[in-house]
Amino acid sequence: MAIEKYTEENKMTIRAGGRLDAVTSPELGEILQAIPADLTELVFDLSGLEYISSAGLRQLLVAQKQMNKQGKMYVEGAGGQVLEVFAASGFDKILTLR
Amino acid sequence: MLMKELTIQALIENIPAVTDFVEEQLAPLHFSRKAMIQLAVAIDEIFSNIAKYAYDGKGGEATVRVETEAEPEAAVITFIDNGEPFDPLAAGEPDLTLDAEERKIGGLGIFLVKKSMDGISYEYKDGHNILRIKKKPGQEGQKTGK
Repeated sequence: MAIEKYTEENKMTIRAGGRLDAVTSPELGEILQAIPADLTELVFDLSGLEYISSAGLRQLLVAQKQMNKQGKMYVEGAGGQVLEVFAASGFDKILTLR
Repeated sequence: MLMKELTIQALIENIPAVTDFVEEQLAPLHFSRKAMIQLAVAIDEIFSNIAKYAYDGKGGEATVRVETEAEPEAAVITFIDNGEPFDPLAAGEPDLTLDAEERKIGGLGIFLVKKSMDGISYEYKDGHNILRIKKKPGQEGQKTGK
């Protein structure tokens, strides 16, 4: 998996590609633990994500709860299995997809 | 019916080796790309459960048995470990209506596996946790090579 992170002023974009599963999610967890306190917008670009498991959902939930406290979070580009899992798990209602 | 087994330490880092092994056994069949992704996610959920709960993260042997049927095509994958008894099917259905603050991830993985597989069963027998999943190739009909 490839995780790339871009920060511009108070906005951060995280691009996750490949597989977001039990093996790769800790890497995302480390990035999320280091979210700056003054961050007001977090965008996930999942257009390159092949699939997600519950370990990946856990990290997205961590991110959403953090951003509920300090700003906004958007999830972009989800498709295929990722979108199906969001719908099946009710995450399509927790996350802001666009 | 063809049958092949892999015995490996139940550690999170070994999940890709299990996935590769299963994909290798299914390569001669005609599983759709979608079915293969669903299987990869099922392996991730089940194997990480074994690592975390049956063996409490300390490691221990797990055997992954892949049986394939040709007519009609289907795969049965059996996960066998010698850890603490752990029935992932015993957990209740997760509440999918809760908001972010109240949501729990526990039980969600197996819930997703149940939804995406064609069959799932668990038994504890002779000191082994035995979890079995069955998957049909899906409808796209095209072969999913690596």
